[in-house]
Amino acid sequence: MDNSLLARFRRATHGQPVPALIALALIVVVIAAQAPVFMTAGNIANVIDQAAIPAIIVVGLSFVILMGSIDLSVEGVMAVGSMSAALLVANDRNSLDFGLWALPVVMIIGGVLGLVSGLAVTRLRIPSFLATIAIASVASGIALILFGTSAKPQIVDPVFIDLTQGTFLGFTKVSWLALVIVLLGLVIQRYTRFGRYAYVIGGSEEIAKLSGIDVRRYRLLAFVIAGMCSSLAGALTASRTSIGSTTPGDGLLFLTIASVVIGGTILTGGRGGVLHSVIGVLIMGVIVTGMVLIGVSGFYQQIIQGVVLLVAVTAVAWKLRRPMRVVM
Amino acid sequence: MAQTSTEAPALRLTDVSKSFGVVNALTKVSLEIRPREVVGLIGENGAGKSSLLKILSGNQTADSGTMELRGRPVTFSSISQAMSNGVAMVYQEQSLLPNVSVAENILLGNERGAVRDGFYRWKQMHRTAQRHLDEVKSGVSPSDITDTLPFAQRQMVEVAKALATGDGSPYDPVILLDEPTSVLESGDIETLFSVIRRVKEHASIVFVSHRLEEVLEICDRVYVMRDGEVVAEVDPAEADVDQLFRLMVGRDLTSGYFREDLSTEPTPDVRLAIESLTGPGFSDVSLGINRGEIVSILGVQDSGRENLGRVLFGALPAAHGSVRIDGERVGLRSTRDAVARGIGYLPSERKIDGAIMGMSVADNMTLAHPDVVSTLGVMRSRRVREVADEWIRRLAIKTSGPAAEMVNLSGGNQQKVVLAKWMLAPDLRVLILDTPTRGLDVGAKSEVYAILHGLAAKGVSIILLADSLEEGIYVSHRVITMADGKVTGEFTSRPGNRPSRTSLIERML
Repeated sequence: MDNSLLARFRRATHGQPVPALIALALIVVVIAAQAPVFMTAGNIANVIDQAAIPAIIVVGLSFVILMGSIDLSVEGVMAVGSMSAALLVANDRNSLDFGLWALPVVMIIGGVLGLVSGLAVTRLRIPSFLATIAIASVASGIALILFGTSAKPQIVDPVFIDLTQGTFLGFTKVSWLALVIVLLGLVIQRYTRFGRYAYVIGGSEEIAKLSGIDVRRYRLLAFVIAGMCSSLAGALTASRTSIGSTTPGDGLLFLTIASVVIGGTILTGGRGGVLHSVIGVLIMGVIVTGMVLIGVSGFYQQIIQGVVLLVAVTAVAWKLRRPMRVVM
Repeated sequence: MAQTSTEAPALRLTDVSKSFGVVNALTKVSLEIRPREVVGLIGENGAGKSSLLKILSGNQTADSGTMELRGRPVTFSSISQAMSNGVAMVYQEQSLLPNVSVAENILLGNERGAVRDGFYRWKQMHRTAQRHLDEVKSGVSPSDITDTLPFAQRQMVEVAKALATGDGSPYDPVILLDEPTSVLESGDIETLFSVIRRVKEHASIVFVSHRLEEVLEICDRVYVMRDGEVVAEVDPAEADVDQLFRLMVGRDLTSGYFREDLSTEPTPDVRLAIESLTGPGFSDVSLGINRGEIVSILGVQDSGRENLGRVLFGALPAAHGSVRIDGERVGLRSTRDAVARGIGYLPSERKIDGAIMGMSVADNMTLAHPDVVSTLGVMRSRRVREVADEWIRRLAIKTSGPAAEMVNLSGGNQQKVVLAKWMLAPDLRVLILDTPTRGLDVGAKSEVYAILHGLAAKGVSIILLADSLEEGIYVSHRVITMADGKVTGEFTSRPGNRPSRTSLIERML
């Protein structure tokens, strides 16, 4: 075995998001050089606050993608999460007042939507990108029904609003919540059968079946968890804006899937993980904030995000190329 | 441990039959696997070995007949049920996940105490895995990620994985090894054999192989299968390779295994001229191949021969050097270029690169040369069928017809389809074959050799990256050895004047 320092480092960090971390560090250095204000405590807290909600989404998304599926229902499920949260806490539409208990209820609703996606994939054998697009549409419809015809439901529950507005030890409370969920995701990924089998199923569904693993059960669970994460993210968006919305996740589908990929979780499954995806979210967040601070106009920001995604996908996929393979 | 039950066979099958539609895969098969023995199972492809293994491993259930596990009747309705009874299969195509750790692979689906309430207990996991790795004397660490290991080491991990299935049962495990040596180098085969001899002290082993010498060397008893039946039980001490071969094919071989009887003399004009070709993993290769000549290239892993084949087909870029076909210089920038120049290429990974498994036999055949069956760029389905039918007949491909899906064919027949794909080219000049007989049974190998001799007789120049020394020596007119990316030797090989194994091996290392 090759025992050079580099080879040993590679073995020790195998499967860890080292390239993504290095990329993040480089981007931070470049932006900090251009805009020194980037490295102030206030700005860093702001970047993390902006990353909190996408980070919660990618925790769920990572397991789905690790298994080689995809969940495109993020924005639709967020809409249901946002509307149902707004109507469950103290608001100007009805007399309900669930307070923070609205969060688990909203997550159950999101979990049910994920369950439907998962059943469509595992029982009806519909490819996940189609099944979840359909569920996205259904979920948007549900959100519109909840919205009704009157004005946007205004949230008046101060505790619920404080979740995203209030701070604790210098960071917004939602940042801490995201941290807890990310850590939870890492524990699930490293220590539970579900988490380990996500790698197994993504590595080869065939081998998983030949080893007597009930693949459908774990795949189903991944969609449920992803639904719960997305709906929670929707509820938190409602808290941040103090209103329920049918489009709280505009652009977040692209952002989260791009983040997962940029972090090094490949769409064919089996490689990457929660930490990779969260670092991907931070990379995207740092770039967005950095461009604003440097003064790049909004139009170019979109273009740069797209280019970053292309570069990242190429870098991640490069070593997986096979000489005879034609990329589809 | 003295146990009276150990004298009962570990597994006994009585009159087991299995059919798929009208095809009888197994007809009244009876056999037993005794404790602490290595049982050989041989037969041509289609003889029923795979069906038998699938039933033993719980992948399929028999239509009729009984199975007894240590004297008690059982039916395995799932793989996990067979595994929990200590019956495990080591698949020919490795069944290890590349992206998780060795320990996870060893205990996959069989974690028992290492996972409690859905939570992994890594220490126990690594301890259990280490114990089984020690049993096979592997130096691999349980926490190693599997795809960082070389093939031979992964295979030892497979054996350790099979051993681990015995953990939950008070009895010794039954391990089914499906062609474990087919892609191993000779040194690794010796290691595997010493592991089998060790493991046998507390396990029963079913050893399936197409290499008859190996079967004779390692097995205590051998069952020979033909046409879905067990036709003989042989004591290896009293048998030789010829005898086993005759039992397998059910007839005497009229001509030699390598079909030297079909070999023809190449014409003296140079068809393919390679000059100082340098590419990834090899450098400065110069080689001329005559019309109708079969040149085999021998070399160990990373000798550069695979990449040389790929570069000649335009699948990898050449750094510099030149290639001429019939005196005309060709720039091999893409596989399209190569196909247009009359070059065909048969990759070693048949299932990944060679054929599209979900497509039909006819579609696979016409993939590289659609013009043969098209008018003005439109494929004509009747013509496709006709061409496919013709080649199915000419190469004696066993299939239900041109519309059959590739996956449903045996390995040998799949390989014939891939060969047909190039043979139907209007002007095939050079055919490059990367280990075309790997994983095929002896009968199918012999047929492939006959096809190669036939192609050479028609003037096609063939580069054969041979799977074994014997194949390289006996099938070709000339043997080239490569090591570390360089050509290290060149030997004429004609009947009565064949290069010796040792002289070749010297140049390959």
